Amino acid sequence: MKFIHNIHGGIHPPEEKALSRPGTVLDAGLPNTLILPLSQHIGAPAEPVVAVGDTVLGGQLVAQATGNVSAGVHAPTSGTITDILMHAVPHPSGLDNHCIVITPDGQDRWQTLVGISDFREIEPSALVDSIHAAGIAGLGGAGFPTATKVLARAGIAIDTLLINGTECEPYITADDTLMQTNARAVVEGAEILAYIVGAQTILYGVEDNKPAALNAMQQAVTALGNGEHREVLTFPTKYPSGGEKQLIEILTGKQVPSGGLPADVGIVCQNPGTAVAVRDAIIDGKPLTDRIVTLTGRALSQPGNYRVRLGTPVSHLLEQANFNPGKKQRLIHGGPMMGFALASTSVPIIKTTNCILAPTAEELPEPPPAQACIRCGLCAEACPASLLPQQLYWYARAKDQEQLEKHHIFDCIECGACSWVCPSHIPLVQYYRAAKANIHETRQERQRSDRSKARFEARQARVEREAAEREAKRAARKAAAQQKAATADGEDPVQAAIARAKAKKAQATLNGESD
Amino acid sequence: MTELVYQYPLIAALTALLALGLIFGALLGFASVRFRTEGNPLADQINELLPQTQCGQCGYPGCRPYAQAIADGDAINKCPPGGQETIDSLADLLDVEAEPLDAEHGAEKEPRVAFIREDECIGCTKCIQACPVDAILGAAKHMHTVIADECTGCDLCIEPCPVDCIDMVARRSGISHWHWPMPTASGGALDIIASDQEAA
Repeated sequence: MKFIHNIHGGIHPPEEKALSRPGTVLDAGLPNTLILPLSQHIGAPAEPVVAVGDTVLGGQLVAQATGNVSAGVHAPTSGTITDILMHAVPHPSGLDNHCIVITPDGQDRWQTLVGISDFREIEPSALVDSIHAAGIAGLGGAGFPTATKVLARAGIAIDTLLINGTECEPYITADDTLMQTNARAVVEGAEILAYIVGAQTILYGVEDNKPAALNAMQQAVTALGNGEHREVLTFPTKYPSGGEKQLIEILTGKQVPSGGLPADVGIVCQNPGTAVAVRDAIIDGKPLTDRIVTLTGRALSQPGNYRVRLGTPVSHLLEQANFNPGKKQRLIHGGPMMGFALASTSVPIIKTTNCILAPTAEELPEPPPAQACIRCGLCAEACPASLLPQQLYWYARAKDQEQLEKHHIFDCIECGACSWVCPSHIPLVQYYRAAKANIHETRQERQRSDRSKARFEARQARVEREAAEREAKRAARKAAAQQKAATADGEDPVQAAIARAKAKKAQATLNGESD
Repeated sequence: MTELVYQYPLIAALTALLALGLIFGALLGFASVRFRTEGNPLADQINELLPQTQCGQCGYPGCRPYAQAIADGDAINKCPPGGQETIDSLADLLDVEAEPLDAEHGAEKEPRVAFIREDECIGCTKCIQACPVDAILGAAKHMHTVIADECTGCDLCIEPCPVDCIDMVARRSGISHWHWPMPTASGGALDIIASDQEAA
């Protein structure tokens, strides 16, 4: 048994996990329309490869990845493409984005899926291509394209694959349910990922509030029997143990350097849902078209974990779960700590949706108005990244970007622990999010203005050069004309003209006198 | 020598001071020639802070001339594209009071880029000549187009266009440019006390 480390800070919010009855997967059924956003991942949006009116089969590519950091989108069932338009998507802004709309024909016909029976005979790079083709993006919540994440980088050797079954955020039980019901697929997917990144060791991390999932994972790992370098580890429940860097420290004692990636300490971290998606893509040849979503909150009378086709509108799911909206009802995409409120129920489920939370007003009241910071220091005690939230708060308000960076604002994982403990109810995380975005924007504007300056100066130089050239040409023409005239009749043409005029005038005067 | 110094202490002191003065004067004179800085370093620093829109709204033909003018004592609040942020950082650099933007030179706007309605363009090249950063592509009697990534949104192409086919559109719009707003001092809630809020 490995020694389990502790992390700094952390909080213990009410777990509320039993509400969604983890361990059973319900079927969400087939909705009337499927809305597939082209940006369900971090990176460049996918590009449609179908047109309105096309009929598609389940598993067929409808939008292809553009560039390396991108993921394609596949049809979750058979049907007709009825529209490609701007539609509301799950995003904190509540703005619309490009989506493909499929009207299912109800027959759920699939294209022939071709899997690989023994992945160890295939080159890892070919497997990465298959993952890329399956459109897999991290299912834990951030949505980073998995193919890009596992791509070997020069000079960095990976020795450990971490499967992050922590699911530390309250209410959410999607990964718990997946590990309970499909532990074998998680382990198979992890084996494929470990083979691709060249990791010798696979560690499965499960918080101790999920005994059933832990048990199922231990059995699956023993059953697949891949030697001693496979271990299922459990550790005390604390939010946010499931942060990538936090989990790495808990399980291995290693700290990911500031601004670095887990790969810097030889580790790659994946969500169990992503592992299953990778398994399905490689062994079954099935692209990512569905996922498990926790529907929970006391405004639902049928909460639970549902297998949902990507693109299913939230309104369809709420119907399945018997939604009883209250006054000023809020809907949250993700969990209560890191999720964001949805502006409309027409938004679809996307690859990163692990939970739709419909709390009653008593269950999760609106935060009271913020009051002045009393410098109690609770936030610094709670911060899992060992930052100084109070200092960051003051600097964010003063817009002092230099100090924010000096105080490592980019190491903030936006977990919300500081806001949760704040006795003055200051929305600290929102300050950090805004400050980070402002710093990014300032950097971009700086690059832009540097480029404009260079272009302006180049143009200025060109204009001056052209003027000088014109001036030089004119001077040269003048000189040439003078030269030509001088050589032609040995006298200056101007002088000659003056002389001619004088002679003419003299002649005229002479004539006048003679009259 | 020492005796002379003892005998005429006043003259000795004066001579010593004069000699020191001459030596240091010569050193300074040499340094001013040898270590002369080309151009005005303060104007360069100011230029770094200006947004490089090159729009001329300040009344100078570009950002660099305005930077020079500020270095020579002009007001720091004549740059609408830079807005309050630029004024604040200029005030920081020059250690003067930050003033609000001078409305005479225009108001602060969201960053914009020029957009040519291409089917209306007659290919006169007038906008190309007006563009301070060469961000418009095209040739005589051929359609022109704006390189959006290079356009500074200076508006200088609007005026010369004989057919008014240039629009200014918001540069940062849509979901990919959205980011979390800074909470207001009251944390986004209304500026009333908690008990009133519940009653409201």
